[in-house]
Amino acid sequence: MWRYVLWRFLQGLGVMFAVSLIGFAILHLAPGGPLAVYATTTYMRAEDMARLQHELGLDQPLPVQYLRWVTDLLHGNWGRSYRDGSPVLAAIGSRLPATVELMLVSLTLAVILGVAVGILGAVRKHSIFDYLATTGAMVALSVPTFWFALMVIYLFAEVMGVLPSGDIATIGRPFSLLDRVHHLVGPSAVLGLVLLAPWSRYTRSAMLEVLHEDYIRSARAKGLSEQLVLLRHAFRNVLIPLLILAGIQLPLLFGGALVTETVFSWPGMGRFFVDSLGYRDYPVIMGLLLSSTLLVVVGNLVADLLCALADPRIHIQ
Amino acid sequence: MGSAERPEAPRIPPALARFLRHRLATGGALIAVLLIVSAVFAQRVAPRDPLFIDITKRFAPPLREGFLLGSDELGRDLFSRLIHAGRISLTVGFAAMIVSVTAGTLVGTLAAHASGVLDTLLMRLTDVFLSFPSIFLLLALAAFIPPSVVSLALIIGLTAWMEPARLVHGVTSSLLSQDFISAARATGGTQLRIAWRHVIPNSTGPVVVAATLNVANAILAESYVSYLGYGIQPPLATWGNMLNNAQAYFNSAPWLAIFPGLMIMLAVTSINFVGDGLRDALDPHGQK
Repeated sequence: MWRYVLWRFLQGLGVMFAVSLIGFAILHLAPGGPLAVYATTTYMRAEDMARLQHELGLDQPLPVQYLRWVTDLLHGNWGRSYRDGSPVLAAIGSRLPATVELMLVSLTLAVILGVAVGILGAVRKHSIFDYLATTGAMVALSVPTFWFALMVIYLFAEVMGVLPSGDIATIGRPFSLLDRVHHLVGPSAVLGLVLLAPWSRYTRSAMLEVLHEDYIRSARAKGLSEQLVLLRHAFRNVLIPLLILAGIQLPLLFGGALVTETVFSWPGMGRFFVDSLGYRDYPVIMGLLLSSTLLVVVGNLVADLLCALADPRIHIQ
Repeated sequence: MGSAERPEAPRIPPALARFLRHRLATGGALIAVLLIVSAVFAQRVAPRDPLFIDITKRFAPPLREGFLLGSDELGRDLFSRLIHAGRISLTVGFAAMIVSVTAGTLVGTLAAHASGVLDTLLMRLTDVFLSFPSIFLLLALAAFIPPSVVSLALIIGLTAWMEPARLVHGVTSSLLSQDFISAARATGGTQLRIAWRHVIPNSTGPVVVAATLNVANAILAESYVSYLGYGIQPPLATWGNMLNNAQAYFNSAPWLAIFPGLMIMLAVTSINFVGDGLRDALDPHGQK
C-alpha cells in the first residue's frame, strides 16, 4: 500500500513540475512580455523600462529565470503583486478561505442532491421522474453559469429583493452566521446546480450497472429488504466511481467557482484571478494558476488514495 | 418457386434509426440545423440591419415598435444582432472543435502507435494539461493574446484537446491489439496503411460524439471569455459580449441580458442532445 502511495506522490510531483514549466512558458512567451502594460504608459522612459527589467531579473536568459523562479516558489516566495506590492502567496492565502467555503457548500449540495436524484432515477428507470431528471441534468450542463448567476441575481435580488446581490457579507454589519448563509444561498445554488448534473447522471448509470450484478440478485434472493439491498450493497459499490468523479470534477469545480465568484462579487480566488487579469498582474495570475492546479493535483491524489484504500485491488500490482 | 418477391423496403442505416428514436436528440438536431442555417444566411434571416443605429428607438421592450426581441441602447434590433452574433459564436465553437479534435487525434494516435516511453510521455502530458482548471488556463491565455476569432478558436482548442486525445488513444490502443490488425501486419501492411484503412474508420464513432460535445463546450467557453471582455471585441457581436454590454442596463432593459443567454442555452442544449443521441447511435455498447 505504501509503495502505491509513494508512487502516486512522485507522479504528482512530476505533474507539478510539468505544470510549472507550462505556466512559465505561458507567462513569458505571451506577446508583450511581463512589462507590456508599462510600455503604453506615456511617462515611462526607456531607461526606466531597462532598469525595471534588470531589477525584476527579466533580462536574464529564460532557463535562468525559470530556475530562479522555481527556487523562489519552493521557498515560499511567490513574488509580489505588480498592483500593490503585497506578497502573492499571502494574498492568495487570504482569498482562499472564501473560495473553499463556497466550493464546499456547493459541492455538498450538489453531491447530496445529485446522488439522491441519480439513485432515484436508476431505481425508477424510465419513469417520468427519471425522464425529467435526465433532461434537466442535460439542460443544467448547457446553461452558461455566469448568465444563470445573472438571472438569479436579477430575479431574487432585484425583482424580489429576497437575496443580496453579491459579496460575502453586508457592509458595516458585524459577522453573523445568518448573514453569511444569506449571502451564500445565491452563489452556492448556482454553482451547486451546475455541479449537480454530472453527479446525478454518473450515479444513475453507475447504479444501473451495479443493480444488474449477480450479488444484488443474491442479496434479494436472501430476502433482504429492497432498502438494505440498495444502501448496503449497491451503493457501496457505486462509491468508488463517484470518488473518481469527484477527482475529475475538481478542475471544473475551480472553474465554476471562478465564474460564480465573478458574477456574485464573492471575494475568493476566482474573482481575484479575474481582477488581476485586468491589471495584468502577472505574479498573481501565475500564482493563482499554479495554486489552483496544485490543489487539483492534490485533490486527485487524495481521491486516488481513498479509492485504493476502499478497493485493495487497485494497489496490489 | 411460387412465392412472390417482396420489394426490399428502403433501409435506414441502423445508426440513424437509433438516433431518430431519441426524440430529444432529433429535436436538438433540428434546432441546431436551424441555428446553423440562420447563422450562415444571417443577412437574409435577420429582419433588420444589426448595425443600424436609431437613438429615437432605444431600449424598446420586446414586441414593441416592431422589434421582435426589443432594442438595445443604440436602438439596434436585438433579434438581428443575435442572429449575426450567432454566426461568430458558432464559428468559434466549430473552429475550436476542429483545433482540439485535430490536435487530440494527432497526439492520441501518435501515442498509441508509438510504444513505451513516447506513449507514456504523451499521455502524462495529457494528464498534466487536464490538471489545469481549463478556465484559468483559457483566461490567462486570452488575456495575453490579442483577441480575434482565429486566436480565440486556437486558445479554446488548446485547452480542450486532452479529452479527444485520451479517447483516440484508448480506442486506437484497443484496436491495435486486436487480431485483424495482426493479420494486416502479417500480410505486409505498413503502419500508415493500417492506421488509414483499419484504425481510423473504426474509431470515428466515439470521436464524433466527443467532437459534438466539444462544440457545445467551446461555445460556452467563448461566451464566458467574451463576457469578461477578453474575447471578441465589440462592435463585432457575439452572444458573450452582448451579455457584457447588457450588464450596464440590467435594471432598465433586462431583455438585453435574458435573450443572449437564452440563445447560448438553446444552442448548447441542442448540440448536447445531439451528442447524446449520437453516443447511443454510434456506440450502443457503451454505458446507458
